[in-house]
Amino acid sequence: MLIYVVRRLLIAIPLILLVVIANFLLIALAPGDPVALLVGDFPAPPEYVAQVRADYGLDQPVAVQLWRYLGQVAQGNFGFSFANRMPVLQLIGLRVGATLLLTLTALTFASLVGILLGVIAARRRGTWLDLTSSVAALIGYAIPEFWLGQLLILLFAVGLGWLPSQGFTSPRLEATGFAYARDVAWHLVLPAFALSLRYLALITRMTRAAMLDVLQADYVRTARAKGASERAVLLVHALRNAAAPVITVIGYNLGFVLAGSALVETVYSWPGIGRLLFESIGKRDYPVLTAILFMVSLTIVLANLLTDLVHSWLDPRVRRA
Amino acid sequence: MPHIFKRPRVLGPALLIALFMVMAIFAPWLAPFDPFKGGPNALLPPGTQQYGLGSDHLGRDVLSQLVYGARSSLLVGLLAAFSASLIGLTLGSVSGYASGWLDTVLMRVAEFFQTLPRFVLATIVVAVTGGGLLKIIIVIAVLGWMQTARVVRAQVLSLRNAGFVEAAVQMGASPTHILLRHIVPNVLGSVIVIASLDVAAAILLEGGLSFFGLGDPNLVSWGGMLNQAQAYLRQAWWLALFPGLAISLVVLAFNLLGDGLNEALNPR
Repeated sequence: MLIYVVRRLLIAIPLILLVVIANFLLIALAPGDPVALLVGDFPAPPEYVAQVRADYGLDQPVAVQLWRYLGQVAQGNFGFSFANRMPVLQLIGLRVGATLLLTLTALTFASLVGILLGVIAARRRGTWLDLTSSVAALIGYAIPEFWLGQLLILLFAVGLGWLPSQGFTSPRLEATGFAYARDVAWHLVLPAFALSLRYLALITRMTRAAMLDVLQADYVRTARAKGASERAVLLVHALRNAAAPVITVIGYNLGFVLAGSALVETVYSWPGIGRLLFESIGKRDYPVLTAILFMVSLTIVLANLLTDLVHSWLDPRVRRA
Repeated sequence: MPHIFKRPRVLGPALLIALFMVMAIFAPWLAPFDPFKGGPNALLPPGTQQYGLGSDHLGRDVLSQLVYGARSSLLVGLLAAFSASLIGLTLGSVSGYASGWLDTVLMRVAEFFQTLPRFVLATIVVAVTGGGLLKIIIVIAVLGWMQTARVVRAQVLSLRNAGFVEAAVQMGASPTHILLRHIVPNVLGSVIVIASLDVAAAILLEGGLSFFGLGDPNLVSWGGMLNQAQAYLRQAWWLALFPGLAISLVVLAFNLLGDGLNEALNPR
């Protein structure tokens, strides 16, 4: 097991390094001269332009600039956001909580309900229940999260007036403690559901397929023959073995949730990283964009790594592959 | 090939897709108005006056925009998926047939691409380098060939030892001939299945990009319509309802087509 963990870690490190380099090249090769932007529109003497270029190290060869950039990233320095007038890392720190709350809520909801629906559908294969949940999963998987977000606003905020349509808390909220948490939870319901539906549909489909595979296995028949209860057969014998592929789907599609979160946060004015991405695109705030790209890539690499480790723990055959 | 269209699970979604294709191709004849031409009748609900699906905040006809919007969605979806399949097919068959260090390198590259966050990277690339339909297609294709490559490689690895391939090798056929004549036709089924699912994913991605305001400014797109609907959610529900419905239907059709083709071409 330890050898497997070390090997996976050794593969993850160059991946992260490559992401950082790709990040740098993307911005370095982008059209437009950043110095021209800094100097402004009015005619500046060439000595001044050269001075600014030297100040920012932009007169150095690309390789030297890359080396410097790598050093800065290693120290957690992602530069300065001019649009928000603060260091990028600090800005992201302010926003990351809201995104974590939204994505983790959506992820948990989608996983629990998706696995439950998938198990039920597989158990009742061919019944109307199975058919309904399969059709619902197909439709749910086709609905763009941001449109679902708008529909939910139309129905539950504009139409019925049950839930708030925008923001993280009510405007001018002065509550603290439990009242604050309740207000945030109230605002979380719609975006979290909008974000979770496609993922929920995917997990339902995968769980159903994995359970159907497993339910035909010899050990399930053996368990039944021994007189194990149906609940024990499903939960102990079948679901445990179906868990590995399902967890792989959950973990490997985390990027999917993060992308959806960017769109959903924009629909609901949710003050997270996704909305920051949207704002920074409008302002061409490149340091923020690269930092977000790096953070999201890092999260995906780590999530994949964690998924592989959990998978190998559940299914020892993977380690020997 | 045509016999697979007799299956209802292939025919149904194929017909729905055909309907949207007709809409895209014949948009100028089908749309009642110029989708860009505004007027004084802003934010009219569906069914008022000549506006079947209502009008937007600039008095433009929603139905006409919807019809024209099929163009960007289908163009991006089909071309991006086709290009991605071509890249995946080429790299996958080379990787599987050549094996050795080339295989290792190509599969590591695929692994690297798979860890990239597609949507975030696509938004940043398009935002930094400027939009345009062609660029969106290229970005989506370059970020989406890995699954095809992996599946093709796996199939090529097993086909390499098949009797008919060995026979061709014994008869002195060149590797290129063997790949093109004997191997590629046998993996095409899987490639088409993945391509169909890729079209759906590409359309969703294009929708997201346009919703972020990164679509082609010279074209109507459903995602772009939803972007504009966002500001008028309280006044005009129809601006959000119809474009989203269109995206969902097309995506559903391509996903169903992929599933149907999979059942038909790769029976278990």
